[in-house]
Parts: sequence; C-alpha cells; structure tokens
Amino acid sequence: MSFINTLMKGEEGLFKPESLTPMQKLLLRFVVVGLIYYGFVIIEGMIMRIYEVQPFPQITESQFFAILTAHPLVGIFGSTYSIVCGAFLFLVPFLMKKPLWSIKMGNWTFILITVGTFIFWFAGFVSHYSPLYTLYWPLPADFTQFSVWGGTFFILGIALVMVGTALFIINIFKTITFTPEGWEKQPSGKLLADALGLVAVKNLFSSKNEEHPVPLPVAAVARGSVDMALNTATILFTGVLILVYMVAAILGFDLKESAIDALLYKNWFWWGLDLIADGLVLIFVAGTWYLLAMLITGKPLFMQNIARAALLLELVVSWTVWSHHLLSDQAQPGMLKVVSGELVTAFELITQGLAFFITLATLWSARPLKMTNPLKFLLGGLLGFALAVPAGIMQADVGLNRILHNTQWVVGPHVHVAVLVGLTMTLYSAIYILFPIVTNGAKMYSQKLVNIHFWLHLIGGIGMGAFMGMAGLNGMLRRTLYFNGEFSLHMILAAVCGSLMLIGFLAFFYNIVMSIGIKGVIGIFTPASVKTKDLTPTA
Amino acid sequence: MVDSEMVLTGQTLAYTSYCIVIILLVGWFSFKVTGRGEAIPVKPKLFYAFVIFLAALGVSLHMVTYNTIPWAKMDLNRDDYTPDKTFVIKVKDHQFIMPEEKLVINVNDNVLFDVQSEDLTYGFGLFRQDHSMMFQMQVVPGHRNDLLWHFDRPGTYTIRSTEYSGPRGINMVLKDAVQVVPSGSAN
Repeated sequence: MSFINTLMKGEEGLFKPESLTPMQKLLLRFVVVGLIYYGFVIIEGMIMRIYEVQPFPQITESQFFAILTAHPLVGIFGSTYSIVCGAFLFLVPFLMKKPLWSIKMGNWTFILITVGTFIFWFAGFVSHYSPLYTLYWPLPADFTQFSVWGGTFFILGIALVMVGTALFIINIFKTITFTPEGWEKQPSGKLLADALGLVAVKNLFSSKNEEHPVPLPVAAVARGSVDMALNTATILFTGVLILVYMVAAILGFDLKESAIDALLYKNWFWWGLDLIADGLVLIFVAGTWYLLAMLITGKPLFMQNIARAALLLELVVSWTVWSHHLLSDQAQPGMLKVVSGELVTAFELITQGLAFFITLATLWSARPLKMTNPLKFLLGGLLGFALAVPAGIMQADVGLNRILHNTQWVVGPHVHVAVLVGLTMTLYSAIYILFPIVTNGAKMYSQKLVNIHFWLHLIGGIGMGAFMGMAGLNGMLRRTLYFNGEFSLHMILAAVCGSLMLIGFLAFFYNIVMSIGIKGVIGIFTPASVKTKDLTPTA
Repeated sequence: MVDSEMVLTGQTLAYTSYCIVIILLVGWFSFKVTGRGEAIPVKPKLFYAFVIFLAALGVSLHMVTYNTIPWAKMDLNRDDYTPDKTFVIKVKDHQFIMPEEKLVINVNDNVLFDVQSEDLTYGFGLFRQDHSMMFQMQVVPGHRNDLLWHFDRPGTYTIRSTEYSGPRGINMVLKDAVQVVPSGSAN
C-alpha cells in the first residue's frame, strides 16, 4: 500500500468506520477529542517551560498565567475526563454484559465535556482570566485584575463540563442497576451494594463468601464515580458562588468579598477538588490496573476480596485527606493538619501500594508473559505512581511542607509524574488493549513507533519530574516567574525532557492516524449506520 | 544544628535512593515476568507483610520528621513559646508593608512573623542568597497567619510571596529584607 493510500484509508485498509456501532463511535470520539486536548496541554506545557527559562515578548505575563490556569483544567477535563468517560461508558456495559443505559446521554456527556472545555480554554485565551484552578478566594472575583466577562464564560465552560460529568455518573449507576428490555428483573439493590463495596466488607467479616454480581473493575468505576459526584457538586456550587459575584459586577453591584470566609472556602474547595487527585484518580487507576492485569493474564485477580474492600477504604480515605493542602495555613487547626493532613493521607501509601502489589502479583502468577504494548505501558503506569505517591506523602508532612509547599517539587515529582507517567501510561495501556476491540480488528501501523512512544514518554516524563523536583528543592516556586535566570538550567533540562514527551506523543498520534487513516478519523464523527445497542457488531 | 538546608539534603538523598531502587525493581520485574520460568503464585503472607511494611513506613515518616525537624514541634505548639521578637507585616494591593525597612534579628532569637492580608490570599517566605527556601506560610485574609522561627546562624534573606495572587503578584519580592546578625548586635 502506498503512503498516501495508508494515510487516507489506514493500515491495510482494515479500519472501516461504517462497520462501527454507535457505542464504538462514542468511545472513539471521546478518545480522539481527549488526545487532541492532550496535544493542547503538551504544547501549552512546552510554551510555559520555555517562558520559565527566559520570558519572551510575544507572550505577556498575564497570558502566561492564563495558560497556566487553562493547562491543568484542559488536561484533567478535556483530555483525561474525555478518555476516562469514554472508556468507562464502554467498559461498564462490556463487563456487565448488558447495554449502556442511555447512548443519548453518553453523547451528551461527550458534547458537554468537549464544548465546555473549549469555552473555558477560549475564554482564558481571549480575556487572560487566570485565577488558577485553585481559585483561592477572593481572587476569582478580583475584577481589578481580571475581566468579568472573561471570567463569566470561563466559569460557564467549567459548569458545562460538570453537567456532562453528572450525566456520566447517572449513566454509569443506571447501567449497573437497570433491567434491559426483555431481561429478567435485575436485583438493583444488591448490584448497587456490591458496586459500592458493601458485599466485600461483609465478606471480610463472614465465614461464608457471598458472590459478587458486579465485576471488580466495575466496582472501581462505581466507587470512583461517587467521588466524581461529590467533586462535581463542589465545583458546581463554587462556580455558582463565583458567578453570583460576576453577575452582580456586570449589573453594577459591588458585592462584599469579605462575606465569604477565605479559609472556610479554601477547606470546602480543597475537600471537593481533592476528590479528583486523591479520590477518583487513584480509584479509577486501581480499577484499570486490575482490569488490565486480568485481561493481559487471563487469570483472576490476586486477593480479589481484599482489593474490593481496599477500593472502599480508598473512597473513605479520599473524603478525609484534604487538609494536606492546608499544612501551610497557620489558622488551620493543628488537629486537622496532623490527623487529616498527615496520618490519613499516609493511608494512601497503603491503598495505592496495595493496588501496586496486587497488580504485580496477578501478572507474576501468569509468567512468562509476552511484552505486549498494553503490558509495557501498564508497567510504566505502575512505576509512575510508585514514584509519585511517596513524593506526595513526603510533602504531606507538617515539617517538610514548610519548605516544600508551592515549590516545583509538588508539581514535578508528585503531580506531573503521577499524571503523565502514572495516569497517562495507564490510559495508553487501556487504549492499546481496546484498540482492536473498538476498531473491529484494525492493525497498528508501526510497532517501532509504539516503542519510540513508550521510551520517549517514560524517560521524558520521569526526567521532567526529576528536574522540576531538583528546582523545587533549590527553592524554585511554582505559579511565579523568575527574570534573572535563577533556575534556567533546571528548566532547560526539564524542557529537553518535555520535548522527548512531545516527540513521543507525535509518534503515537501519527501511528494512530496511519492505523485508521484520515477517512477513518472523519468516519468516527459521522452518524453510525449500524443501528444497535450492542457494543460490537458481533456481540 | 539541623536547618532547612540540611533537611532538604536529607530528603534529596532519601528520595533519590528510593527512586533508584523502585526503577530497578520494576525493571527487574519486567525482565523476569517476561523471561523463562514457572508461574508461581504469590503467597498471601508476603502480601500482608507488605501492607504492614507500608503502614509502618507511613507512620514512621511523620514520627521521624516530628522528632528531627526542629521547627515541626515549635510550629504546632507555637502558642507555648514566647517570641524574642515579633514583626507585624501587612499585605495589601500586592505590596508588603513592613514595620521597618530592614528586619534585623539576633542569632538564636525565636522570631514571630505575624502577616496580615487586607485583600487577597498571598504567601510569605524567606529565601537565602542562593534562592533556596528557608520557610514559607500562606497568608489568608481575615485570619491569623503567624509563624515562629528560630534563627540559628547569621545571614541575609529575601522576602517573597509564595502564593499566586494574580499576575501582579510576581513582583512581590523584597530583596535582602531580613538580616540575621550575631547575638546582641540587633536591638
């Protein structure tokens, strides 16, 4: 096949978009959009990195901070939420062996997350609205620094994403519990109890082991979705609060900012926001590791009942750890700092370490395994969290936080290594394992490009985190700029590693386009000609 | 005496060693899991031992830091201490309003920094001449933001806001604003 032919029709012309079911199209749309937003994030990251080496006149300082504000939000909502929502809307019915409760609602989730992300990104791009994702009160309502209209559209964009997320949560729980047409009545109460982990807890204290009607990865999705629901409610409430101030300002009223207690607000907002980083991400990732380990080995999970109970523990832990973000707030009660900020947070070392061990033990039980693409990316993801979680536990310490808070240490070895190496490589593993299922047997264009992607992403991600961490230990703050080259060397080295990741991503993107062809990419976004609720044409 | 520079060196060594070990471990696992050999199930005993190890590690980290990092105890119990000196610093419109142009401190003094914001959330940190951080805290409007610090050696320090407060906040730097001098040199 000629290059042009492959570019247009994909590797060996195997990908035929007209054969896709609505569910396959839904998942592929989520993945394509998620990857495009990932491209946004990686380019924004590189721009900011270069600016941190040496600010340049083409970008103003306010523009830099607008990028800094949009960067994590586009990464979390536009990219990760897209891929995760798409994957779980497909996997939950796949594992439950029943159709998705509402494909229409799934499509609305896709539209709202895609459009909402674009709106808040664009509002930030045009107006330079930049209160960061932390939104520390009263900064989001400081209209001496920010445009009120820019802020209004920014918050509206976020709100749309949250509505899309709420629809995803409803769809997941309804899919677990509903009775499809023509089926025998499903025990919805029992299904819900098992999805939430109550059966697993009962089994821990009972000599008789009750059967689990809900597969373990679905239970992980359900428990992560509980955190997602609480987080969505928190962000929506906060958005409405900020919008009240914005609408008042537009109408010419100046509401008193001091009416909101800044510390109480910070506690409330971090409680909700932390349900992403220390809640649903860890739970979803653990569930995905378990699923991948079972699919790769074809064996049951090691210590399955403990794994189920641990997912519930993780959920409870995630509700009580927010105070580690307030260890440098001197008005925060000492008891909260020690109990929530330090001790309960340390539990994450146990819950995540346990998921790490269970996944490795499951893989070990099936050796010798072939080093497939899903396996290598899964191992990369495991390594990412093994590096990032202890870094987080270290900064969640009253003594160490005094010299680490808001430095590049937090955002380097902890956040970026967790997200880029741990989470993203886990998602890549899922993409590689799902690729033949959702494309009806399309073939990957080049294995060499997969390997290039793997090594450049792994080395680039860990390297970037390491150099940011070194800068942080030497005193470099996050969320600020240095004008005298104080940390240029660290940032140049981090930029080199970031470039490796960018090249790796381009190799991956090119490989995917060549695998399914440009016609295939377009075909994903046209209406499905196969009218079925089944996941795949053969199901 | 242990200062924040030494704590950071210790942390760098500990975390770097850990990273090397875990990377080697995952590398070894990848090699072995795909190499020749029988599928041997992992014994549950090993799993439980690992969980106990993690619990011990998590708790001991905080116990070790609480007992070795000198400011940890002082920070949590700062109301029990009588500071040798107190500086009240106000922050407004992205400006530090200092009680004196230069804050002069005697070596071995316990100094209380009471920083009050009149508008936004800011940060307050002291940085050495080599830009490394000595300490920082958040400055939240409407709340008491006080930090007690023991200065055990002479030096000159720069004050910098350590929290983002909008684009204007990047200029919140007071170079060489704090000077620690040998005992008895300052009033």
